[in-house]
Amino acid sequence: MILLAAISFLILASAAVAITRRNLIHAALWLVVSWFGVALFFLWAGAQFIGFVQVLVYVGAVSMIMLFAMLLTRQGRVPVEMLTLKAEKRIASGVLLVSAVFGVIAGCILGTDFPVTEASAASSVTLVRIGESLMNDHAVALLAMGALLTVALIGAVYIASSGEEDAS
Amino acid sequence: MTPLHLCLLLSTGLFCLGLVAVLARGNAILVLLGVELMLNAANINFIAFWRFGNPSNATDAPILVLFSIAIAAAEAAVGLALVIAIYRHQRNVRVEDATRLKG
Amino acid sequence: MSPTGIWDSIDRAPLIVRDVLVSFLPDAWQGLANDILIAATVTVVFATIFALLTILERKGLARIQNRPGPNRVGIPFTKIRLGGFGQPLADAVKMILKEDIVPTSADKVLHFIAPVILIVSTLLSLAVIPLGRHLLPLELEAAVLYFFAAGAISELAVFTAGWGSHNKYSLVGAMRALAQMLSYELPLVLAIIPVIMLTGTLSTSAIVDAQGSWSLGGFLPAWHVFTPWGFAAFAIFVVASFAEANRSPFDLPEAESEIIAGHLTEYSGFKYALFFMAEYFGMCALAGLGVTLFLGGWHAPFSALEFLPSWFWFFAKLFMMLGLFIWVRGTLPRLRMDQLTRFAWKLMVPLALCNLVNAAFWHLSAGWDSPGGLALRWVLSIAIIATPFLLLSRSLFAGLGPRTYKYAP
Repeated sequence: MILLAAISFLILASAAVAITRRNLIHAALWLVVSWFGVALFFLWAGAQFIGFVQVLVYVGAVSMIMLFAMLLTRQGRVPVEMLTLKAEKRIASGVLLVSAVFGVIAGCILGTDFPVTEASAASSVTLVRIGESLMNDHAVALLAMGALLTVALIGAVYIASSGEEDAS
Repeated sequence: MTPLHLCLLLSTGLFCLGLVAVLARGNAILVLLGVELMLNAANINFIAFWRFGNPSNATDAPILVLFSIAIAAAEAAVGLALVIAIYRHQRNVRVEDATRLKG
Repeated sequence: MSPTGIWDSIDRAPLIVRDVLVSFLPDAWQGLANDILIAATVTVVFATIFALLTILERKGLARIQNRPGPNRVGIPFTKIRLGGFGQPLADAVKMILKEDIVPTSADKVLHFIAPVILIVSTLLSLAVIPLGRHLLPLELEAAVLYFFAAGAISELAVFTAGWGSHNKYSLVGAMRALAQMLSYELPLVLAIIPVIMLTGTLSTSAIVDAQGSWSLGGFLPAWHVFTPWGFAAFAIFVVASFAEANRSPFDLPEAESEIIAGHLTEYSGFKYALFFMAEYFGMCALAGLGVTLFLGGWHAPFSALEFLPSWFWFFAKLFMMLGLFIWVRGTLPRLRMDQLTRFAWKLMVPLALCNLVNAAFWHLSAGWDSPGGLALRWVLSIAIIATPFLLLSRSLFAGLGPRTYKYAP
C-alpha cells in the first residue's frame, strides 16, 4: 500500500508539474516521468508485459513524436505572451469544472464497496497465455490494429508533409 | 480504503489532470499531451480492476490495454501531424486561433 | 550435460562468493544485499570490459592500419610498459581531471541528466543477458521486450543531449542520430522475431536452453546461427547493431569530420566519458544479446568441452563479437546519412520480413527428416532468403557501378 501511494504520488505530481510548464519541452519531459510512473504501476500490479510495452511505446516512440512536433512548430522557446484576461478566465473555469468532475467521481468511488477477491488475476496469466489469446481469440482485432496503425502513419506522414507544394 | 480504491482515485486524478490540460491550456500540443494523460488514466483503471478483480477472462485486460496503447500512439502521430499542418497555415499553434473550417 | 564435481564448483564460483558475502548480514537485509551485490557486479564487470575494450580497439585499429597503437603506458610509476595495456588508466585520469564546460545559455538540468539517462538505460538493458549457467542477473518472463524497452530510453537521452546544449549543430546532430537509431531499430527487432517465434518464449534463459543440444555426434551445436534463417537473422542483427551503437560504418553522428561531434559537441570531461562509456556498454549489450539469441549463450561449441565454465564460453563469444565490431570499424568506410536510411528502409526491412517467412517455413517443415528431405529443406530455406537479397540488392544499387578515374590530361 505504501509502494502504491508512492507510485501514485510520482504519477500525479509529475503530471501536475507537466501541465503547468510554460516551456513545452520541459512539459514533455515531465510527462515522460509520469509515463515511467505509470509503467512502474503496471509492474507493481504484476502486468510485466504491459509495463514494458508502456515504456517501449510511450517513452520510446510517442515522446519522440511529441518532441519532434514541438521542434517543427518552433515551440522550443518559452513564449513571451502575458497571461491575458481571456486566458485567465479559461484556466479558472477549466480548473473549476474539473474539480467538480473529480469530486463527483471520487465520491462515487469512495462510496462503493468493491468485492475484492483474494485470488488476484495476476498470478495465473503468463505471457504464453496472453500470446495465445491474442492470436486466437483476438486475431481479427490484431489485424485491424495493424491496418489502422499503417493507415494512420501513412496519413500522418502525408498530412505533415503536404505543405511543401503550396508554401504560402 | 482498499488498494483498489487508491488505484481508482489515482486513475481519476490523472484523468482530471489531463482534462485540465485539454480545457485550460491554449496550445494545441499541450491539448494532445492532456489526451495522452487521459488515455493513460483509462489504462491504469483497466489494470487496477484486472489486479484486484475476478480472475476469469484474465487475459482480456492486458490485451485491451495493449490495443489502447497502440491506438494512443497512432492517434498521437495523426494529431501531431495535424498540428504541424495547422502551424504551417497560421504560423502558431494556439487552439483559439484555429476557428475557421477553410483556410 | 552440465559439468560435475570441481568444474561445477568453478561454474558456480560467483554464486559461492555471493553466498559467503551475504551470510554476514542479518536475515532481513539479505535480499537487498543480494540485489545490490548483483547490480554492483554487473556494473564492475562491464566497466572492466569497457576499459579493456578501449585499449583493444585502439591497438586493433592500429594494427589494421599498420601502425603500433598506444604502447607506452604500462604500470604507473614504474618503467614496465605492458605493451601499452595500462592506457585505460591514463584515459580515466585524463577524463576525470578535464574541465567540465557547460555553455552559459544551455539548459543546465537537461545538459546534466542526458548522459545519466543514457548510462542508466544501457546498464538496465545489461540485466537480462545470461552471463553463465547460473549467472542471470534478472530473471524475467519478457526479457527480450525489457531489453528493447531499456534501449528505447536511450533515444530520449540523445534528444535531451542535443536540445540541452542550446547549439544548432548539436540539435541537427541529435536529429540525425535519432533518425539513424529509429531507422535501425526496426530491422533489429524484426531480425529477432524469428528466434522468438521458433523458441516460443521471450525469456533469454529459455532461449539459451533451447540451443543446448548437439547433433552429428557432439560436433554441431544447435545454435540458431547454424540454420539458414538464423544465419540471415544474425547477419541483419549484426548490421543493425552496428547502427544502433553508432559504430562505423554508421558513425555519422559522432564522426570528427561531421557537424563537429553531433549531439556530443558541448560535452567535455567526465560527461563525455559517460557518453563514451554508454556507447561501449550499448555495444556490449547488443553483442551479448546476439550471443544469447544466436550463438548459443553460455554453451560450449562441442559437447566434449562442456566441462569448462559457462561464463568462460560466454565471455569468449562476447569478445569474438566485439572483435568483429572493431574489425568492421577498421575496414569499412562510413555511410552517408541518405545512404544509411535508404539501406535500412529499402534493403534491411524487406529482407527481415522475408526472413520471417523463411523461419516459418523452417518450423513447418520440421518433419522432413530423411536425407533427401533435409537437403530439400535447406535448399528451399536458403532460396527463400537469398533470392530476395540478390534481387533487391542488385536493383537498389544498380547504376552505382565501379568507380572510374579520370586523370588530368
